[in-house]
Amino acid sequence: MSAPPQTAGTRTMTGAEIVLQALKDNGVEVIFGYPGGAVLPLYDALFQQNAIRHILVRHEQAAVHAAEGYARSTGRVGVVLVTSGPGATNAVTGLVDALMDSIPVICLTGQVPTHLIGNDAFQEADTTGITRPATKHNYLVKDINRLAETVHEAFYVAKSGRPGPVVIDLPKDILIGKGPYAEAPSAPHRSYRPQTEPDPQAIREAVRLLKRAKRPVIYTGGGVINSGPEASRLLTEFVRLTGMPCTNTLMGLGAFPASDPHFLGMLGMHGTYEANLAMHGCDVMLAVGARFDDRVTGRLNAFSPGSRKIHADIDPSSINKNVKVDVAIVGDAGRVLAALLECWRQDEAPQDRAALAAWWRQIDEWRARQCLRYEQVGKIIKPQHAVRRLFEITRETGRDTFITTEVGQHQMWAAQYFGFERPNRWMTSGGLGTMGYGLPAAMGVQIAHPEALVIDIAGEASILMNIQEMSTLAQYRLPVKVFILNNEYMGMVRQWQELLHGGRYSESYSAALPDFVKLAESFHGVGLRAETADDLDRVIREMIAVDRPVIADIVVDQKENCFPMIPSGAAHNEMILGVGQEGSVAGVTDEGKVLV
Amino acid sequence: MPDPTDTTQRAATIAVLVENEAGILARVVGLFSGRGYNIESLTVAPVDEARRLSRITIVTSGTDMVIEQIKAQLDRLVPVHQVSDLTLEGPHLSRELMLIKVVGRGEQRLEALRLADAFRARVVDATTESFVFEITGAGDKLDAFAALMRPLGLREVVRTGVAAIARGPHGLRT
Repeated sequence: MSAPPQTAGTRTMTGAEIVLQALKDNGVEVIFGYPGGAVLPLYDALFQQNAIRHILVRHEQAAVHAAEGYARSTGRVGVVLVTSGPGATNAVTGLVDALMDSIPVICLTGQVPTHLIGNDAFQEADTTGITRPATKHNYLVKDINRLAETVHEAFYVAKSGRPGPVVIDLPKDILIGKGPYAEAPSAPHRSYRPQTEPDPQAIREAVRLLKRAKRPVIYTGGGVINSGPEASRLLTEFVRLTGMPCTNTLMGLGAFPASDPHFLGMLGMHGTYEANLAMHGCDVMLAVGARFDDRVTGRLNAFSPGSRKIHADIDPSSINKNVKVDVAIVGDAGRVLAALLECWRQDEAPQDRAALAAWWRQIDEWRARQCLRYEQVGKIIKPQHAVRRLFEITRETGRDTFITTEVGQHQMWAAQYFGFERPNRWMTSGGLGTMGYGLPAAMGVQIAHPEALVIDIAGEASILMNIQEMSTLAQYRLPVKVFILNNEYMGMVRQWQELLHGGRYSESYSAALPDFVKLAESFHGVGLRAETADDLDRVIREMIAVDRPVIADIVVDQKENCFPMIPSGAAHNEMILGVGQEGSVAGVTDEGKVLV
Repeated sequence: MPDPTDTTQRAATIAVLVENEAGILARVVGLFSGRGYNIESLTVAPVDEARRLSRITIVTSGTDMVIEQIKAQLDRLVPVHQVSDLTLEGPHLSRELMLIKVVGRGEQRLEALRLADAFRARVVDATTESFVFEITGAGDKLDAFAALMRPLGLREVVRTGVAAIARGPHGLRT
């Protein structure tokens, strides 16, 4: 044991009390968890206080997704508490999800007492070993004198630089033992000090390129959202000042208002025609808080071949990882955008406005293709129409609306047809693509925003992956709305099987589905169902009006595919559009098929 | 700036100054296996007990873009203080220690001893039928010595992996 820190005001408490006090001192109001043997001391301490509210989930994976939803909709750190062994292993999917999407989460895991570690004790798992590649960082606390400092440090690590999940593994004897508590970390972190302020020279170089650009495009991602709402405001100001077109990644939606004429929509595999062709044809690209992921770039050797690229990111390892860039800027997205704005205004070089106007004429031609057009004719509900009406009707209500999704076709349709005007209103599993994310994430959002309208746009397959959380919604009277686009298929799997595997629908049919109306009712919620286009608006309005958990089962066209689509292994300008339009996947090579 | 189309592989000797804490080696090794990087040699030991610092020397290979990525990924680990690409940053010294056991009698035994002398290997253990030599140097010198010992009764070899440091006054902050 190390010597207790000699700080004035140090108090002695049990380990469990130290953990809760440290959470409080880091501003935590809510934690999502599930009890078990190893964490009983913490649950006992929770019982004896009122400052921190505990939300009892029905599965540990859901606790992490709920904390992610809470974090993404508030900008705060989400906190999870689970027991040892299966509690920790069940949390792993959520942790990797948070790692891939850079979401600040602290996960407290119980552990068998230190003297039993390594003995294959009941509910023992090597949690730090298992979660090492699943977290930004993790800790096993073996000395109660280091406990308070470890919790404080975990918060610093989770939210600094590129945010991410942090696990603190807590052996039961540490929770029961007594030790000192200090309110704040005693010193700055010894080794982890990420750079947030951009290099002024790189900013000047970026502005020089942007001023001379004839066909510029601004491409932004989740880094702008993570930086806080001020970064989104600065992005909007920069785009409007420069008059440049702007596109967002799946993670970045909401950073720039969807209704603004400068917005090209989402880019990437299911991005718009205009966004992808602008990326392909631009001469200067400004990427902010985005990581050139494979869903965005398509075939790398054909990605935006003629452009000079400026990449601003808080994580130096994201720069030059997939795509070689010309100007690298390491820094926080908000600080970078503020610096770009200031430098742009001070720089006296004129912008080539004539070239920009010609570029916009080209973009307007691409826009005229109306790549997201669909035809709602007849009784069968088109899934795109369902999302569009959901968007329009929620907008009419004027209520602050938060959307989460599961993963698959419905997720892409949500990204394409629901317009986001503000950041932190859109929660989706981008990097890991976790089916079962949306319902628990919506739960976390609703806890943080009790008055808001929170909707999980789901598929009938994904929703069953964490359906048990309907019980949590009932317990805490959370009026989350589950809007299921029910096509009786794992739609995206079916789509790929249709396009790439000869229409052999191997195991992608959703057989033996529950009656979602009765299912909602059995969980003390309200069940609604729309079977024809005539039912749709009424069901949406009723769903919104009810102040209880709702499952709205929207029966949609089973054969609808999600377009536009850049087939795997193809380039941005090899996009296929909807039915009756150009392009096909006939040319997908075996090399392309290997890609996911 | 690394060129992604350049497929030329290069070797890199990377020095990493880290917190001397439980699990740090697992983090580094896991990073290499998880991201599919090569490790040709890895050496670690505490270098400053008072300040809880250890130094890792990694010899790896890859394209320029991969080496840059390896360094950025290492630097991103929370307990990592500093990462230095000794190969890129100027001349450096690279040393490895080998203990090698040779079993034999008569002329073979004398030949082993003569070669050891030529290579400046030291005899650290001897019996009437065996020697253990200790030899320090760059990896290729050790390879050459081991190859010469093979026909002379080489029984066992153990090597430490590479320890490396930059020449001149510059160094990692400690």
